[in-house]
Amino acid sequence: MLRYLAVRAFRAAVTIALVVTFAFVVLRMSGDPAILIMGPEVPPEALAAFRRAWGLDQPIWVQYVRYFGAILNGDLGMSMRDNRPAIEMVAERIPATLALTVPALVLKLAVGIPLGVWAALHQGTGFDRAVMVAAVFGFAIPSFVLALVLVLVFSVDLGWLPSGGQGTVAHMILPVLTLGLGGAAALARFTRSAMLEVLGRPYIRTASAKGLPWAAVVRGHALPNAAIPTVTLVGFLVGSLIAGAVVVESVFSWPGVGRMLVVAVASRDLAIVQCILLLVAATMVTSNLVVDVLYGVLDPRLRHGARAAA
Amino acid sequence: MAAPLVRIEGLTVAFDGAPAVRGVDLAVHPGEAVGIVGESGSGKSVTWLAALRLLPAKAAVAGRVLLDGRDLLALPLPEVEAVRGGRIGMIFQDPASALNPVLRIRRQLGEVLARHRGLSGAAIAAEARRLLDLVGIPDAARRLDSYPHEMSGGQNQRVMIAMAIAGQPDLLVADEPTTALDVTIQAQILDLLAALRRELGMALVLISHDLGVVAETCDRVAVMYAGRVVEMGPAEPLFDAPRHPYTRGLLDALPTLDAAERLVAIPGVVPDPRAMPPGCAFAPRCAHAAPVCLGAEPALRATLPGRWSACARPDLDLAAPPPRPPATPAPAAEAVA
Amino acid sequence: MTAPALDLRAVARAYGGGRTLFGARPVVRAVDGVTLALPQGRTLGIVGESGSGKSTLGRLALGLETPDAGHVTAFGAPMPAPGTPAWRALRRRMQMVFQDPLGALDRRIPVADQVAEPLAIHGIGAPAERRARALDALAAVGLSAAQGGRYPHELSGGQRQRVVIARALITDPDVLVCDEPVSALDVSIQAQVVNLLIDLKAARGLAMVFISHDLRVVRQIADRVAVMYLGRIVEEGAAEAVLRDPRHPYTRALVSAAPAPGRHRRERVILSGEPPNPAARPAGCAFHPRCPVAVARCRSEAPALEPAPDGHATACHRVTPAAERAA
Repeated sequence: MLRYLAVRAFRAAVTIALVVTFAFVVLRMSGDPAILIMGPEVPPEALAAFRRAWGLDQPIWVQYVRYFGAILNGDLGMSMRDNRPAIEMVAERIPATLALTVPALVLKLAVGIPLGVWAALHQGTGFDRAVMVAAVFGFAIPSFVLALVLVLVFSVDLGWLPSGGQGTVAHMILPVLTLGLGGAAALARFTRSAMLEVLGRPYIRTASAKGLPWAAVVRGHALPNAAIPTVTLVGFLVGSLIAGAVVVESVFSWPGVGRMLVVAVASRDLAIVQCILLLVAATMVTSNLVVDVLYGVLDPRLRHGARAAA
Repeated sequence: MAAPLVRIEGLTVAFDGAPAVRGVDLAVHPGEAVGIVGESGSGKSVTWLAALRLLPAKAAVAGRVLLDGRDLLALPLPEVEAVRGGRIGMIFQDPASALNPVLRIRRQLGEVLARHRGLSGAAIAAEARRLLDLVGIPDAARRLDSYPHEMSGGQNQRVMIAMAIAGQPDLLVADEPTTALDVTIQAQILDLLAALRRELGMALVLISHDLGVVAETCDRVAVMYAGRVVEMGPAEPLFDAPRHPYTRGLLDALPTLDAAERLVAIPGVVPDPRAMPPGCAFAPRCAHAAPVCLGAEPALRATLPGRWSACARPDLDLAAPPPRPPATPAPAAEAVA
Repeated sequence: MTAPALDLRAVARAYGGGRTLFGARPVVRAVDGVTLALPQGRTLGIVGESGSGKSTLGRLALGLETPDAGHVTAFGAPMPAPGTPAWRALRRRMQMVFQDPLGALDRRIPVADQVAEPLAIHGIGAPAERRARALDALAAVGLSAAQGGRYPHELSGGQRQRVVIARALITDPDVLVCDEPVSALDVSIQAQVVNLLIDLKAARGLAMVFISHDLRVVRQIADRVAVMYLGRIVEEGAAEAVLRDPRHPYTRALVSAAPAPGRHRRERVILSGEPPNPAARPAGCAFHPRCPVAVARCRSEAPALEPAPDGHATACHRVTPAAERAA
């Protein structure tokens, strides 16, 4: 088990390092940062001073090592617009984003998994078909369309809920619904097919042949096996807690990380963009690591590695 | 003869309108070993899955399955669940997939003991160890903590057998228990089943496509074809002198180790359940088919004491195999499909 | 004398080894020093249980895999490396039939087109000629042109296996390697396909490697039989001799374990234990932990495959020479 964890932690670290490198390469390739930031009309002496100050006159590999070292020390650079540490500014926005994505995640899990399990257990019934039709809709509609529809209905027509901004719980309802419904649909579909696959397995028949009541077969034998593939998708949903709200935050003018990213890209605030990129990568990689660990917990065949039974 | 333990009467099963079992009558007496022989699609496994109501809901099942005078097909489900794993244990073909991959043997075995024997805690552990010893798993105490993938196919099948006898059943239904196993392991498992039957005095239903396996293990044999029993009787005389042309055909199609003679294949394929031929279902493939075979489907009738056959021509002489067929393959030999 | 169709000299193939994410992976010696010859027009049966290496041996014989040690010679010339033009040209002369016909066929293409496919691959003939040859090949395995127009799922298991055989035969090969070709078929259909293979072999002078766990089927079709245990041949000889008068204790157990109706209840040799993990091969004779007649020597010294004067070879310290057996 320890080796399993060590292997996966090592892989996660490698992935983060690759993302850091990728961010460096992309930022350097998107143009000369000095000209981008100082502007094209600045006198050459000022440009040279800028380059000296930021180490841009050094060979590229020296820059890379310094950049990497700075990141290892938690230094993600300064925002050019506000001249404050980028990480500080991004960190300020995280609670706002989580205030949307965490309730949305709960909504996805609380609605998607039970619906999927229930639909699988009642395969072919009207309930199953209704869930699947709803899931296809929820899955297929882009979140900005869903957001606009919700705004039209609940804000413009009915006037029940605000169409944007923050402050009260009422402000949260539409963005959370927008985020949650699509994920719940995807999760319901996925859970249903994982469950159907498991219910067709011979060991389910064995459990019934042992005289266990159906509820015990489902609880004790089907769910633990269906959980294994479902965990992948849940891990992905958890991993998108930070990054998944870009569109929705923009539509509802919600001051979270996603909206910040859009603004930063538009104003070429590269340190902010890079900081958010790393943050997103880190959450993704971490949730992947957690999923891998959970796999090991849920599936003894993985825990024991590739060793085959004799 | 004592009253039967289980009596199946007029059992029919259909999936989406396609008949899989078309009227099976069969009795299993206490302590006897009955073999159910047939090829794929003969309904031999479906018969017993239906009897224990283990088929999916889309299967249309009719008839009666009597255990102690109670009809399992009519009982409330909880009472049938008490019979499964209790009075009647069941094991399946591929032990590697018939065991739950994410649960330890202790749990999978223990839940039968909790369900049918009312044991708990240390009593479960002790009895589970005893059962694993009984089915010949070395180092039983340690094996309780194993997962199925850590054990070989033969050991997994022993665990399946331990689970099936944990509820102290009067009848063990073994559905192709050795098909997925290597030849030398097959022999071990058959030996184990025979020994357990002797020790525990339980009846055994052995479902197999392998005539040899059934011949060596069973007292009585029922041969199934296209959803019906076509011949039934004591194993030795049935295989020595079959009364139904299909049984004869199966025996002749079997290669032997004694001589490299040309095999006598049964021409054609089993009929499509949605398009059954008129009369006897075997008639299109039967070397002895006559006009009488195309009338009503022949019923299973007593021919000799204890022997039953469903053939419209009960007086056929089937003692010798038919003459060897010519060496060139007839084109479109399976055109009846 | 013509060169044998296939000649394997001390071939070995191991899998695994090296390092993985989980640490060192054990080396599995799937085939461990096997010498065999397949004369043209003859059939060699290879018998063994799972893990015996019989399927690996089949792939080595066809050149689908390259041995780690030893040589494979096809028609007197060394087996070319996989992927080379010479190797591709040799495919025409050497074909393979697997156990699962549904897996070997593409379910979206009518079977006659799939039978013609090897001709297209090897650039033989015009489309119309290929089609005619495909129908001929189907007729040779007992399938009609109408059946050739169907899709795999519209045929029965036996018919599908006939399609696979027709496709293997369409390039008019000299060697056919069949890996458990009838194991997935019902008894009555199995007999049809075995008879078909026997007829095709006789009509076309095919050399055949017939790999199976079923001794009785092998008995019907093979001229010679090699019995494998954990990657090595433990007994080899004429099919009749090996299967009617087995000498190696393992072959004896296999023969006695194959149940047959009508032979009544015989004394069976039931081996204790299970085939060991190929990654943890026992020292000495690999069979000794399960052998009913093992002695001390068997635990330390691996027996060599020794041919008796009658050509029947056995790898066992306990097998007495034929002269003494007669007494």
